[in-house]
Amino acid sequence: MFLINCPFCGEREQSEFKAGGEAHIERPKQPTELSDDEWAEFLFMRKNIKGVQFERWNHAHGCRKWFNIARDTSNDQIKAVYKMGQKPPVK
Amino acid sequence: MSKNLRFKSSKQVDETYRISFKFNNKTYYGYKGDTLASALLANDVHLVGRSFKYHRPRGIMTAGSEEPNAIIQLHDNTSRTEPNVRATEVEIYEGLVASSQNCWPSVNFDIGGINNILSPVLPAGFYYKTFMWPKSFWEKYEYFIRKSAGLGKSPKEADPDIYEHKYIHCDVLIIGAGISGIMAAKLAAKNGLKTLLVDEKSFLGGSTIYDNSEFSKINNQITSSWLEKEINEISKLENLEIKTRTSIAAFHGYNFLLARENLTDHLPINQRENKIRQRLLKIRAKKVISATGAIERPLIFDNNDRPGILLSSAIKKYIDLYGVACGENNILFTNNDTAYETAMSLVQRGIKVNAIIDNREEINSKLSYEIAKNNIKIFKGFTVVDTYGYKRINGLAIMELSKDGQKVIGKKIKLSCDSLGVSGGWTPAVHLFTQSGGKLKFREDDQVFIPHKYPSDQLSIGSCNGDLSLEEITTNTVLSVKKFLNINNTDYKTFEITTGINKSKRNIWLLPSDKILGKTKSFVDYQNDATAKDIKLALREGFRSIEHVKRYTTTGMGTDQGKLGNMHALGIISETAGTKMGEHGTTTFRPPYTPLTFGTIVGRNVGKFFDIIRRTPIHDWHVANNAKFENVGQWKRAWYYPKANENMHQAVQRESKAARDCAGILDASTLGKIDIQGTDASEFLNRVYTNAWSKLAIGKCRYGLMLNEDGMVYDDGVTTRIGENRYIMTTTTGGAANVLGKLEDYLQTEWPELDVYLSSVTDHYATISVCGPHSKKIVSKVIPDLDFSDEKFPHMSFKNTKIGQIKCRVMRISFTGEQSYEINVQSNFGKSVWEKCMEAGKDFNITPYGTETMHLLRAEKGFIIVGQDTDATMTPIDLQMDWIVSKKKYDFIGKRSLYRSDTIKDDRKQLVGLLTENPKEVLEEGAQIVADIKKSPIEMLGHVTSSYYSPNLNKSIALGVVKGGKKMLGQKLIIPMENKNINVTVADPVFLDKEGERLNAEL
Amino acid sequence: MKNKYSIFSLIKNAFSYHENWEKAWKDPEPKKEYEAIIVGGGGHGLATAYYLAKKHNMKNIAVVEKGWIGGGNTGRNTTIIRSNYLWDESAGLYDHALKIWEDLSQELNYNVMFSQRGVVNLAHNLQDVRDLKRRTHANRLNGIDAVYLNTAEVKKFCPIINTSQDIRYPVLGGTLQRRAGTARHDAVAWGYARGADEMGVDIIQNCEVKGIKRNGDTVEGIETTKGFIKAKKIGVVAAGHSSVIANMAGLKLPLESKPLQALVSEPVKPIIDTVVMSNAVHAYVSQSDKGELVIGAGTDDYISYSQKGSYDIVEGTLNAILELYPIFSRMRMLRQWGGIVDICPDASPIISKTSIKGLYFNCGWGTGGFKATPGSGDLFAHTIANDEPHKLNAAFNLNRFVSGDLVDEHGAAAVAH
Repeated sequence: MFLINCPFCGEREQSEFKAGGEAHIERPKQPTELSDDEWAEFLFMRKNIKGVQFERWNHAHGCRKWFNIARDTSNDQIKAVYKMGQKPPVK
Repeated sequence: MSKNLRFKSSKQVDETYRISFKFNNKTYYGYKGDTLASALLANDVHLVGRSFKYHRPRGIMTAGSEEPNAIIQLHDNTSRTEPNVRATEVEIYEGLVASSQNCWPSVNFDIGGINNILSPVLPAGFYYKTFMWPKSFWEKYEYFIRKSAGLGKSPKEADPDIYEHKYIHCDVLIIGAGISGIMAAKLAAKNGLKTLLVDEKSFLGGSTIYDNSEFSKINNQITSSWLEKEINEISKLENLEIKTRTSIAAFHGYNFLLARENLTDHLPINQRENKIRQRLLKIRAKKVISATGAIERPLIFDNNDRPGILLSSAIKKYIDLYGVACGENNILFTNNDTAYETAMSLVQRGIKVNAIIDNREEINSKLSYEIAKNNIKIFKGFTVVDTYGYKRINGLAIMELSKDGQKVIGKKIKLSCDSLGVSGGWTPAVHLFTQSGGKLKFREDDQVFIPHKYPSDQLSIGSCNGDLSLEEITTNTVLSVKKFLNINNTDYKTFEITTGINKSKRNIWLLPSDKILGKTKSFVDYQNDATAKDIKLALREGFRSIEHVKRYTTTGMGTDQGKLGNMHALGIISETAGTKMGEHGTTTFRPPYTPLTFGTIVGRNVGKFFDIIRRTPIHDWHVANNAKFENVGQWKRAWYYPKANENMHQAVQRESKAARDCAGILDASTLGKIDIQGTDASEFLNRVYTNAWSKLAIGKCRYGLMLNEDGMVYDDGVTTRIGENRYIMTTTTGGAANVLGKLEDYLQTEWPELDVYLSSVTDHYATISVCGPHSKKIVSKVIPDLDFSDEKFPHMSFKNTKIGQIKCRVMRISFTGEQSYEINVQSNFGKSVWEKCMEAGKDFNITPYGTETMHLLRAEKGFIIVGQDTDATMTPIDLQMDWIVSKKKYDFIGKRSLYRSDTIKDDRKQLVGLLTENPKEVLEEGAQIVADIKKSPIEMLGHVTSSYYSPNLNKSIALGVVKGGKKMLGQKLIIPMENKNINVTVADPVFLDKEGERLNAEL
Repeated sequence: MKNKYSIFSLIKNAFSYHENWEKAWKDPEPKKEYEAIIVGGGGHGLATAYYLAKKHNMKNIAVVEKGWIGGGNTGRNTTIIRSNYLWDESAGLYDHALKIWEDLSQELNYNVMFSQRGVVNLAHNLQDVRDLKRRTHANRLNGIDAVYLNTAEVKKFCPIINTSQDIRYPVLGGTLQRRAGTARHDAVAWGYARGADEMGVDIIQNCEVKGIKRNGDTVEGIETTKGFIKAKKIGVVAAGHSSVIANMAGLKLPLESKPLQALVSEPVKPIIDTVVMSNAVHAYVSQSDKGELVIGAGTDDYISYSQKGSYDIVEGTLNAILELYPIFSRMRMLRQWGGIVDICPDASPIISKTSIKGLYFNCGWGTGGFKATPGSGDLFAHTIANDEPHKLNAAFNLNRFVSGDLVDEHGAAAVAH
């Protein structure tokens, strides 16, 4: 189980958090303008990266805040934690 | 017969404290401090079990947790029975009862032994090649395979013991209290670090604590005495917590480790009541130091598995620590110097060592000269080629090795013995290191894998790091621990080491024999009966990776997880394939290190603590009034309230009728409640619900439907505007937490610009729903100050008010179709307000009803229950709820998905009402619906989602989803049951009061 | 022709000390070009190659595997086989597989130990009861053997389950599929590999795909650690790594790869003779022929390729096991491990063509792919050979995520297989 450094609470056990999948997928501002294909791309298609992935986590059993993590999915090492709206601090 | 096998031991065994125990129904005696294994050996009992496949007699092989053979059943036929317990780990206590496993009728005479005779046709993987004909017989073959497989017997009763969990946070965790672990603990704790030192054994000091020979000294003190002083010193350190009988089971990422602390297994059964048996320690350590030691390797030769054959180090431990000789006439077989220490321990006590067989041609150690002085013959450059004796070794044959070690030459020499100690050198115990994700490298010199790359903040020291000599252990431990912990202050200066042995070793994975391999049985995995020829067969058949070979031959898959034989398997594979060690993989060591009791893992989370129970503030009243309860998520909800002799059906019919004819009262406290505040609250609701919210007046309520982004119905409930910028949203009972989570997600990640704050208030309020034609009179009595007239307080509106001094919110909303009021009060007043309502309603036959009646009443009105009438494939359009989907709103969650090519089809499954041809016949929920029963394959159009007998309509009613159902009104369909077909007609899902007149109806 | 396996061949070989058995499969170096390449040497991939050779007359086929065959989820799962799925499409797919299982040992001349000891699914709340009844009715009408059991019948079928009504989530009933059961997972991979090898399929291990070469929208071959291999048809069956391969071809898939864990106890004499699954009390258990209790845990909620899951999940699973089987409290966990499962949003698989000509994907099996192995291989082979799906896998196309025609099997698949 990881230790996650919640940007609002500090380091806590993974079991306090919920994962929210790939980060930086913005909900389309004008969904009605999208084709079925484009909408499916937003809705379902994922990079599902092996390697460093930017992803969303929620401190569900803590402050309830959402934030981002850069984590290497091949070994689960967390490279960085950053707030919503911020750009990923690692490449 | 009576041999003298007991000698004076170190202080481990208390010879003044005699203990009796039973093994295979015979009573034996041992002493306090003995393990079951040492006590059995002292009684000259070597034969303790039978092997898995060939049922060969097997004895005690080791003196630790790596034991493959001596596994027994404890306390058979009692509630505390336990299978597959290693005799080498059991500390004996008065009244211990143990028995052999996997043998019938007895360990001495085991019918299964026939497998040994059949073994020529039972090579590795034989079962993949046979039992295929005739096809139908597999079941029968398998019955016998299953019966003969398995080792011990599962308990048949619930466990009388209790377990618990404990979290530990420390600066440094040190695993293993051998010499290097003790030294590391001293270094860490003396430098102010909060340190935890654990060891699986009941004593500290590892194998060094009984290293009490004249030939082994540290700074001119006998090694064991030197270590004892160290132990005395650290036991006084404040920063240091020491836990014995504590085994690290798993080493996970981020330095999260699990340990099992044994608390009562060494106590007599009658002293265990009400004590915690085992504790699971969940350890988060900033730094971890592994000092897990090394495991001695056996040697692989023909018939290397007979009772009486032990690891050389085990023989040493039994005599030095427990004062027990494993035989009167010992032989040692080695490829390195450490066996000479064993020989010296025996010789010093006057126990006969018949010979030492050493596969090396040159031996230069001081100890070997000392041994030779005692007239013990050392056969240099020899190997054992066979052993004799069925249930106990009585002799062996040796031959000279060729120069290259590939063949045997010369004549066979036979020697007698009653015990054989084998030493193939030492394997660093890197299991936990690799579990944590560490990478190994192979050291060619002595053919061992040692830690190479650490995946976390951790260090390996001592022999688990490949430092096998006392000199390396002491010096390197201090150096590396100082660096790792970043400390300067240390009492340790230099070490002056005296030792009688050198590091020389001649590693031969599979010793040659005078027989062809196919005729030998050279065991690599003792417990699973995997031999060297099995491994070669696997290679011959194309299995090349270690994982393939393991799985095909079952090497390393036993309860010891290959702690002894895995290295040899790897060695034989690389030798045969002509590749480098490690090229075929190193095999993954998976947690746990030693098997971990389920009860320990579960701790207190059993029985009533399995999952929390959520009860409403009115729960006790329901209990007192004979309610039956339904589990809804973690909630206990009153299901129905049977009177006297009523069954469920009768109770529900009565409750349902009363609610419509007079008054009903429901505890709705479990519904999720979310307090939504902020200047953008209305806009927020616009985006999350399918309908429009901006124009909802303050003090008004509105029903809302929430979709997933994929357009499917997610949750529903009534939301009330209680202020300009404040709403109270209700959700379904089961959906409450998820809805809140989803709303927070959108708010924080997609729409951070919105000024909205969410707070769950589910537990803060008790919700009491009073419905029926008398409901207004009842609530008026309870809240006399409030004007309940339809003009002042119409349907779908809300009032802030007080009951006496108690603040409350009253919503006039209805899930039954009756006039209905929902009183929300602070939880702790819930029960008293409920009782007030009951009191006020007494004259009006107010009837408490449960969830079942609630479901029936809403079904009469065609109201859906999300999760029952919907699954994750229903859109609001499918539910015939087009009216709630705003056409004007530009966007809301899920809107775009409603217009995909398949979601706009009009022949999707749609919600309809169903009426049975026979009005008395109640459909089964979940039953499938078809149009044409003769069609093959039969086409299922949908299924029944809700079904009841309506006492108010005097007929059976049902809701269901049917393909293209919207257009099927009046059409006949069939419900095909196992034994009959039921005719139904598609109807409007609103069965009662379509006009909604009852919402204002009063008596 | 390979040596036939039988008791007679075992006896015959005993006389030569088993030194004359031939290789179950060869270990060839890759050729420059193949008619079709299957990426992924798990059960599904090997079965695909087997049926391509056997039923579609393709002779020049390779299976490339980055590690060792059967080393992924095939060798890591809890081996449950059943076909009691809710929707017609899934029922058709899984029952097709089940029917092949019933003759598979004889077909492959390799004992895959398919054992029809039945699978019980338990209901613990009223909605479970409705859902399981719905599934039972659907199964029955789809010709799949399924019966609903009340609590007493559950107890009778598997006496060690705690059916006391006083426990936190009492057993309210269950379903039973008698034709369901378990098989020996490794044997499935090895049996298909041996069969495919016999028909000339090259099984190339330790060969990792590094790139997919395409010319416009047509596939041309694969870059591997053993060099470039040309092929007009490439079928990818890479389970947890499907997205990784898809990315090489410039495709995105509706998948997330998550850790799934399982564990076994120490082996004991027979104590449970069937497979019991519970979604609500989140546990499933069977006993292997070796005597180990085989217990499956759930998935974690985050993406990971580390083959490790979080410990909480294991603890939660054993909590549930002891809730339902208090007698197992003193049993011990012997081994615990993780796999990587690729999960689709609707908990149904993808067996489909892609937008790139000649590139096919078979993925998204989530936690339940093992049971489908033979059927999946058969249908994927059909899809590759004919460049169009078989009617049994037509619904499992990629386009359903665009059109919205999902096959939602969360109820039947969510937890356990």
